[in-house]
Amino acid sequence: MANPVKRWFQSFFLLEMLRGMRLTGRYFFARKFTVQYPEETTPQSPRFRGLHALRRYENGEERCIACKLCEAVCPALAITIESEERSDGTRRTSRYDIDLSKCIFCGLCEESCPVDSIVESRVLSYHAETRSELLYDKIRLLGNGDRLEGELARDRQADSSYR
Amino acid sequence: MPEISNFTMNFGPQHPSAHGVLRLVLELDGEVIERADPHIGLLHRATEKLAEHKTFLQNLPYMDRLDYVSMMCNEHAYCRAVEGLLGIEIPQRAQYIRTLFDEITRVLNHLLWLGAYALDVGAMSVFLYCFREREDLMDVYEAVSGARMHAAYYRPGGVYRDLPAQMPQYEASPYRDAKRLEELNANRGGSVLDFIEDFTRRFPGYVDEYETLLTDNRIWKQRTVGIGVVAPERAIALGFTGPMLRASGVAWDLRRTQPYAAYADLDFEIPLGKEGDCYDRYLVRVAEMRESNKIIAQCVDWLRKNPGPVMVDDYKVAPPPREEMKTSMEALIHHFKLFSEGMIVPAGEIYAAVEAPKGEFGIYLLSDGANKPYRMKIRAPGFSHLAAMDEMAKGHMIADVVAILATMDIVFGEIDR
Repeated sequence: MANPVKRWFQSFFLLEMLRGMRLTGRYFFARKFTVQYPEETTPQSPRFRGLHALRRYENGEERCIACKLCEAVCPALAITIESEERSDGTRRTSRYDIDLSKCIFCGLCEESCPVDSIVESRVLSYHAETRSELLYDKIRLLGNGDRLEGELARDRQADSSYR
Repeated sequence: MPEISNFTMNFGPQHPSAHGVLRLVLELDGEVIERADPHIGLLHRATEKLAEHKTFLQNLPYMDRLDYVSMMCNEHAYCRAVEGLLGIEIPQRAQYIRTLFDEITRVLNHLLWLGAYALDVGAMSVFLYCFREREDLMDVYEAVSGARMHAAYYRPGGVYRDLPAQMPQYEASPYRDAKRLEELNANRGGSVLDFIEDFTRRFPGYVDEYETLLTDNRIWKQRTVGIGVVAPERAIALGFTGPMLRASGVAWDLRRTQPYAAYADLDFEIPLGKEGDCYDRYLVRVAEMRESNKIIAQCVDWLRKNPGPVMVDDYKVAPPPREEMKTSMEALIHHFKLFSEGMIVPAGEIYAAVEAPKGEFGIYLLSDGANKPYRMKIRAPGFSHLAAMDEMAKGHMIADVVAILATMDIVFGEIDR
């Protein structure tokens, strides 16, 4: 820009503006990279941490053994567990609540679970109209697990060699 | 003769250019700023106090939420502090992964800053271009950690999981035909490293585009050149760090002066400004994006050639692999102890800092030998930058307040913490 003639020329003919507008014009006619959510979504990793689910074994038995490790590790204190002995003598949860309005989706519950029971699924679009609907109890969490089991198992399998 | 007094005006806390919740009390003489008084604390969440009640592992996810635009850098400072107290060396591969993601974070942060700054100053479209590239890097974040922003990926002792061998791909949709889908997934066929490498090849071209739109643009220059000038000695006296300090011409970068992670082995330059005005700070940040891109490319190259562990082999710090946890009783006990009681950090104090995109982000950690910190102090770069608001804005027009505020790259997550 040292040359005053060149500088005058650039300034008078709005050259830098035209260069900017050329770029904008090029993108105006280029193919758009918009993703038409919700009909299509962006790529999602098998490690994605979304809505929680409680899983079952293949024979239908719930995995959770009420060790309360997730309750202990949860930084946001979002998990509440109560346990008791079931009629067949095994230790099970009588209450398993996750308060999604507290949860910070850090994934430590899934990381700590020794039986791969509590997991975070790929589901990211869930909603509630009242606060109480965000309190997921055991039935709803097991329901999530039953509904998503195929996907959950595939994702755990894909990531198993890294954990 | 009526008495004429200055006009006092509130800027924020709900102003879109206040970058969060800043209440700025401006004392105006006509349109000229006489005094700018930032009132902070509207996003205070007591992270420092909260940390005293959480184990060292539980504190980690909260680090993401301090400066929520440069997540992994905050985690890095915290992990370095804990590792320093524990006196452990983390595997080299983990160091390189951390370096890689620190730089990805820097690019993410500067892209957001650039877009938001241009938007504040009046250029709409740059924001959209910046967010296109951010989307690619967010995908990388998600591929490794499972979250697009609050990653919780670094751990005291390394990083949680190694980089995956498969990059997630776009799925078929009614809006795209097979050929277009193939084009979209062209750079997603391989591992995460392949995708990042492809990004580093494309990225310099994108930066050229932002520069085409802004660097020579006369409106951009009129709004930024000579605005908010900070002399080098004042920048040091005010406690500036990061691009704010370097734009004033002071060559101070923790990556160079106190190398951590793998920075000592990497080849990069520290861009410096001359004038210390808003335009220089813009140029420095853009140049930093280019340098970060170079560092990312070097890290990708190293990580390709050197497989290995990404976590220390010490079950008092890092949980055992799941396979082992399910078969060995001792590993299971370690697993339970780590996730319930947490790691025991020896008594002592430490200050660990990293060169976060905004400046020096430091964690001062005081441990009394328990499983929780006795005290944690967070040194946020934005805090000292915002404190200079009065000095930088004095004598400028009211419209320049937005330009000065945005050039500081403030995020209230870290300032109010």
